[in-house]
Amino acid sequence: MSVEIKVSGETVTAYLSGELDHHSARAMREAIDNAVELNMPSRLVLNFRNISFMDSSGIGLVMGRYRNLKKTGSELCITETSEQIYRVMKLAGIERLAKLEGR
Amino acid sequence: MQINNKFSMNVMAKSANEGFARACISAFAAQLDPTLEEINDIKTAVSEAVTNCIVHAYKEKIGKIYISGELCENNIIRIKIRDAGCGIENVEKAMEPLYTTVGGERAGLGFAVMQSFMDTVRVRSALGKGTTIVMTKKISRRISLNA
Repeated sequence: MSVEIKVSGETVTAYLSGELDHHSARAMREAIDNAVELNMPSRLVLNFRNISFMDSSGIGLVMGRYRNLKKTGSELCITETSEQIYRVMKLAGIERLAKLEGR
Repeated sequence: MQINNKFSMNVMAKSANEGFARACISAFAAQLDPTLEEINDIKTAVSEAVTNCIVHAYKEKIGKIYISGELCENNIIRIKIRDAGCGIENVEKAMEPLYTTVGGERAGLGFAVMQSFMDTVRVRSALGKGTTIVMTKKISRRISLNA
Protein backbone atom coordinates (compact mmCIF):
# COMPACT_ATOMS: atom_id res chain seq x y z
CA MET A 1 0.00 0.00 0.00
CA SER A 2 1.30 3.46 -0.82
CA VAL A 3 0.11 6.92 -1.75
CA GLU A 4 2.11 9.21 -3.98
CA ILE A 5 1.08 12.85 -3.99
CA LYS A 6 1.57 15.25 -6.88
CA VAL A 7 0.62 18.90 -6.74
CA SER A 8 -0.01 20.94 -9.86
CA GLY A 9 -1.54 24.39 -9.47
CA GLU A 10 -4.87 24.04 -7.68
CA THR A 11 -4.99 20.27 -8.13
CA VAL A 12 -3.72 17.59 -5.76
CA THR A 13 -3.49 14.14 -7.29
CA ALA A 14 -3.13 11.11 -5.04
CA TYR A 15 -1.80 8.04 -6.85
CA LEU A 16 -2.99 5.11 -4.78
CA SER A 17 -1.43 1.69 -5.07
CA GLY A 18 -1.82 -1.78 -3.59
CA GLU A 19 -4.98 -3.30 -2.12
CA LEU A 20 -7.58 -0.94 -0.69
CA ASP A 21 -9.40 -2.68 2.13
CA HIS A 22 -10.28 -1.97 5.76
CA HIS A 23 -6.68 -2.86 6.69
CA SER A 24 -5.00 -0.33 4.40
CA ALA A 25 -7.68 2.37 4.26
CA ARG A 26 -6.59 4.26 7.35
CA ALA A 27 -3.01 4.90 6.19
CA MET A 28 -4.23 5.93 2.74
CA ARG A 29 -6.80 8.26 4.25
CA GLU A 30 -4.18 9.93 6.46
CA ALA A 31 -1.77 10.45 3.56
CA ILE A 32 -4.50 12.01 1.41
CA ASP A 33 -5.85 14.21 4.19
CA ASN A 34 -2.37 15.48 5.05
CA ALA A 35 -1.79 16.52 1.45
CA VAL A 36 -5.18 18.23 1.27
CA GLU A 37 -4.60 20.12 4.50
CA LEU A 38 -1.17 21.24 3.37
CA ASN A 39 -2.14 22.35 -0.16
CA MET A 40 -5.81 23.34 0.14
CA PRO A 41 -6.55 22.34 -3.47
CA SER A 42 -9.71 23.29 -5.33
CA ARG A 43 -9.62 19.84 -6.89
CA LEU A 44 -8.58 16.45 -5.49
CA VAL A 45 -7.93 13.62 -7.92
CA LEU A 46 -7.79 10.05 -6.65
CA ASN A 47 -5.99 7.90 -9.18
CA PHE A 48 -6.78 4.17 -8.92
CA ARG A 49 -4.51 2.92 -11.73
CA ASN A 50 -2.33 0.88 -9.37
CA ILE A 51 -5.03 -0.34 -6.99
CA SER A 52 -5.19 -4.09 -7.53
CA PHE A 53 -8.23 -4.71 -5.32
CA MET A 54 -10.88 -2.63 -3.60
CA ASP A 55 -13.87 -3.49 -1.42
CA SER A 56 -16.44 -1.18 0.21
CA SER A 57 -13.70 0.27 2.44
CA GLY A 58 -12.69 2.19 -0.68
CA ILE A 59 -16.21 3.60 -0.89
CA GLY A 60 -15.89 4.76 2.71
CA LEU A 61 -12.61 6.44 1.80
CA VAL A 62 -14.14 8.24 -1.20
CA MET A 63 -17.27 9.31 0.73
CA GLY A 64 -15.17 10.60 3.63
CA ARG A 65 -12.96 12.70 1.30
CA TYR A 66 -16.08 14.00 -0.46
CA ARG A 67 -17.53 15.17 2.85
CA ASN A 68 -14.31 16.97 3.77
CA LEU A 69 -13.93 18.66 0.37
CA LYS A 70 -17.54 19.79 0.32
CA LYS A 71 -16.86 22.04 3.31
CA THR A 72 -14.44 24.11 1.23
CA GLY A 73 -16.31 23.77 -2.05
CA SER A 74 -13.55 21.70 -3.62
CA GLU A 75 -14.13 19.10 -6.30
CA LEU A 76 -13.42 15.37 -6.12
CA CYS A 77 -12.40 13.41 -9.17
CA ILE A 78 -11.79 9.67 -9.52
CA THR A 79 -9.66 8.34 -12.36
CA GLU A 80 -8.41 5.11 -13.91
CA THR A 81 -10.59 2.61 -12.07
CA SER A 82 -10.38 -1.03 -13.14
CA GLU A 83 -13.55 -2.92 -14.03
CA GLN A 84 -13.75 -4.47 -10.53
CA ILE A 85 -13.30 -1.12 -8.78
CA TYR A 86 -15.76 0.58 -11.11
CA ARG A 87 -18.44 -2.01 -10.27
CA VAL A 88 -18.04 -1.38 -6.53
CA MET A 89 -18.17 2.39 -7.14
CA LYS A 90 -21.30 2.08 -9.28
CA LEU A 91 -23.02 -0.03 -6.65
CA ALA A 92 -22.49 2.81 -4.17
CA GLY A 93 -23.64 5.50 -6.60
CA ILE A 94 -20.32 7.32 -6.30
CA GLU A 95 -20.89 9.08 -9.62
CA ARG A 96 -23.34 11.32 -7.77
CA LEU A 97 -20.54 12.59 -5.52
CA ALA A 98 -17.49 12.59 -7.70
CA LYS A 99 -16.52 12.76 -11.34
CA LEU A 100 -15.51 9.35 -12.65
CA GLU A 101 -13.00 9.90 -15.43
CA GLY A 102 -10.66 8.01 -17.68
CA ARG A 103 -11.61 4.39 -17.21
CA MET B 1 -25.61 -31.34 -2.98
CA GLN B 2 -22.51 -33.32 -3.84
CA ILE B 3 -19.28 -31.82 -2.53
CA ASN B 4 -16.15 -32.38 -4.59
CA ASN B 5 -13.63 -30.54 -2.45
CA LYS B 6 -13.56 -28.63 0.79
CA PHE B 7 -11.26 -26.55 2.94
CA SER B 8 -11.72 -24.95 6.31
CA MET B 9 -9.55 -22.71 8.42
CA ASN B 10 -9.73 -20.15 11.14
CA VAL B 11 -7.86 -16.89 11.51
CA MET B 12 -7.57 -14.30 14.23
CA ALA B 13 -9.88 -11.34 13.65
CA LYS B 14 -7.08 -8.98 12.65
CA SER B 15 -7.30 -6.70 9.68
CA ALA B 16 -4.06 -8.10 8.21
CA ASN B 17 -6.01 -11.33 7.63
CA GLU B 18 -8.49 -9.66 5.26
CA GLY B 19 -5.97 -9.94 2.43
CA PHE B 20 -4.92 -13.40 3.58
CA ALA B 21 -8.54 -14.65 3.46
CA ARG B 22 -8.96 -13.22 -0.05
CA ALA B 23 -5.79 -14.92 -1.23
CA CYS B 24 -6.92 -18.27 0.23
CA ILE B 25 -10.39 -18.18 -1.29
CA SER B 26 -9.13 -17.19 -4.71
CA ALA B 27 -6.54 -19.99 -4.69
CA PHE B 28 -9.26 -22.47 -3.73
CA ALA B 29 -11.81 -21.16 -6.25
CA ALA B 30 -9.19 -21.36 -9.01
CA GLN B 31 -9.93 -25.09 -9.21
CA LEU B 32 -13.25 -24.23 -10.90
CA ASP B 33 -11.40 -22.25 -13.60
CA PRO B 34 -13.31 -19.01 -13.01
CA THR B 35 -12.93 -15.86 -15.06
CA LEU B 36 -10.99 -12.96 -13.60
CA GLU B 37 -14.29 -11.19 -12.98
CA GLU B 38 -15.71 -14.16 -11.09
CA ILE B 39 -12.58 -14.41 -8.93
CA ASN B 40 -12.79 -10.69 -8.17
CA ASP B 41 -16.47 -11.02 -7.24
CA ILE B 42 -15.69 -13.82 -4.78
CA LYS B 43 -12.69 -12.00 -3.29
CA THR B 44 -14.73 -8.82 -2.81
CA ALA B 45 -17.61 -10.65 -1.11
CA VAL B 46 -15.25 -12.54 1.22
CA SER B 47 -13.41 -9.34 2.04
CA GLU B 48 -16.69 -7.73 3.10
CA ALA B 49 -17.73 -10.67 5.27
CA VAL B 50 -14.35 -10.96 6.98
CA THR B 51 -14.19 -7.20 7.55
CA ASN B 52 -17.66 -7.33 9.16
CA CYS B 53 -16.36 -9.90 11.65
CA ILE B 54 -13.45 -7.63 12.58
CA VAL B 55 -15.32 -4.32 12.66
CA HIS B 56 -18.65 -5.47 14.11
CA ALA B 57 -18.62 -8.98 15.59
CA TYR B 58 -15.43 -8.58 17.61
CA LYS B 59 -15.48 -4.92 18.51
CA GLU B 60 -13.90 -5.38 21.93
CA LYS B 61 -11.65 -8.39 21.44
CA ILE B 62 -9.78 -10.35 18.82
CA GLY B 63 -11.79 -13.52 18.33
CA LYS B 64 -11.61 -16.19 15.67
CA ILE B 65 -13.10 -16.10 12.19
CA TYR B 66 -13.99 -19.52 10.75
CA ILE B 67 -13.83 -19.69 6.98
CA SER B 68 -14.68 -22.66 4.81
CA GLY B 69 -15.19 -23.27 1.14
CA GLU B 70 -16.82 -26.10 -0.77
CA LEU B 71 -16.73 -26.91 -4.44
CA CYS B 72 -20.12 -28.42 -5.21
CA GLU B 73 -21.69 -30.07 -8.24
CA ASN B 74 -22.62 -27.85 -11.19
CA ASN B 75 -19.54 -25.69 -10.67
CA ILE B 76 -20.96 -23.97 -7.59
CA ILE B 77 -18.69 -22.62 -4.87
CA ARG B 78 -20.16 -22.32 -1.39
CA ILE B 79 -18.38 -20.17 1.18
CA LYS B 80 -19.14 -20.02 4.86
CA ILE B 81 -17.82 -17.28 7.15
CA ARG B 82 -18.64 -17.57 10.82
CA ASP B 83 -17.76 -15.67 13.95
CA ALA B 84 -18.56 -16.18 17.61
CA GLY B 85 -18.96 -12.46 18.23
CA CYS B 86 -21.74 -10.17 19.36
CA GLY B 87 -24.35 -11.14 16.76
CA ILE B 88 -26.65 -8.87 14.76
CA GLU B 89 -29.73 -7.49 16.47
CA ASN B 90 -31.72 -6.92 13.29
CA VAL B 91 -30.39 -8.78 10.26
CA GLU B 92 -32.91 -7.25 7.87
CA LYS B 93 -31.89 -3.75 8.93
CA ALA B 94 -28.18 -4.61 8.80
CA MET B 95 -28.58 -5.74 5.20
CA GLU B 96 -30.07 -2.44 4.04
CA PRO B 97 -27.61 -0.55 1.82
CA LEU B 98 -25.91 2.40 3.56
CA TYR B 99 -27.06 1.24 7.01
CA THR B 100 -24.16 1.16 9.45
CA THR B 101 -23.89 1.15 13.20
CA VAL B 102 -20.31 2.37 13.37
CA GLY B 103 -20.42 5.48 11.17
CA GLY B 104 -17.09 7.13 10.49
CA GLU B 105 -15.58 5.84 7.32
CA ARG B 106 -17.65 2.69 6.95
CA ALA B 107 -19.99 3.00 3.99
CA GLY B 108 -22.60 0.49 5.16
CA LEU B 109 -22.36 -1.44 1.91
CA GLY B 110 -20.89 -4.75 3.05
CA PHE B 111 -24.02 -6.86 2.59
CA ALA B 112 -25.04 -4.98 -0.58
CA VAL B 113 -21.68 -5.88 -2.13
CA MET B 114 -22.01 -9.53 -1.07
CA GLN B 115 -25.51 -9.73 -2.51
CA SER B 116 -24.54 -8.02 -5.70
CA PHE B 117 -21.40 -10.09 -6.35
CA MET B 118 -22.63 -13.54 -5.26
CA ASP B 119 -25.68 -15.54 -6.39
CA THR B 120 -27.06 -16.22 -2.92
CA VAL B 121 -26.26 -14.82 0.53
CA ARG B 122 -27.79 -16.26 3.71
CA VAL B 123 -27.26 -14.72 7.12
CA ARG B 124 -27.93 -16.44 10.43
CA SER B 125 -27.25 -14.55 13.62
CA ALA B 126 -27.91 -14.84 17.33
CA LEU B 127 -27.20 -12.04 19.79
CA GLY B 128 -24.20 -12.81 21.95
CA LYS B 129 -23.48 -16.01 20.03
CA GLY B 130 -22.31 -14.92 16.61
CA THR B 131 -23.11 -14.72 12.94
CA THR B 132 -22.81 -17.11 10.03
CA ILE B 133 -22.82 -16.03 6.41
CA VAL B 134 -23.26 -18.62 3.66
CA MET B 135 -22.72 -17.44 0.10
CA THR B 136 -22.82 -19.35 -3.18
CA LYS B 137 -21.81 -18.55 -6.70
CA LYS B 138 -22.05 -20.59 -9.86
CA ILE B 139 -18.88 -20.40 -11.90
CA SER B 140 -19.44 -20.30 -15.64
CA ARG B 141 -17.96 -23.22 -17.50
CA ARG B 142 -15.50 -21.84 -19.95
CA ILE B 143 -15.27 -23.66 -23.26
CA SER B 144 -12.55 -26.23 -22.87
CA LEU B 145 -9.80 -26.38 -25.48
CA ASN B 146 -10.57 -29.95 -26.51
CA ALA B 147 -14.36 -29.52 -26.70
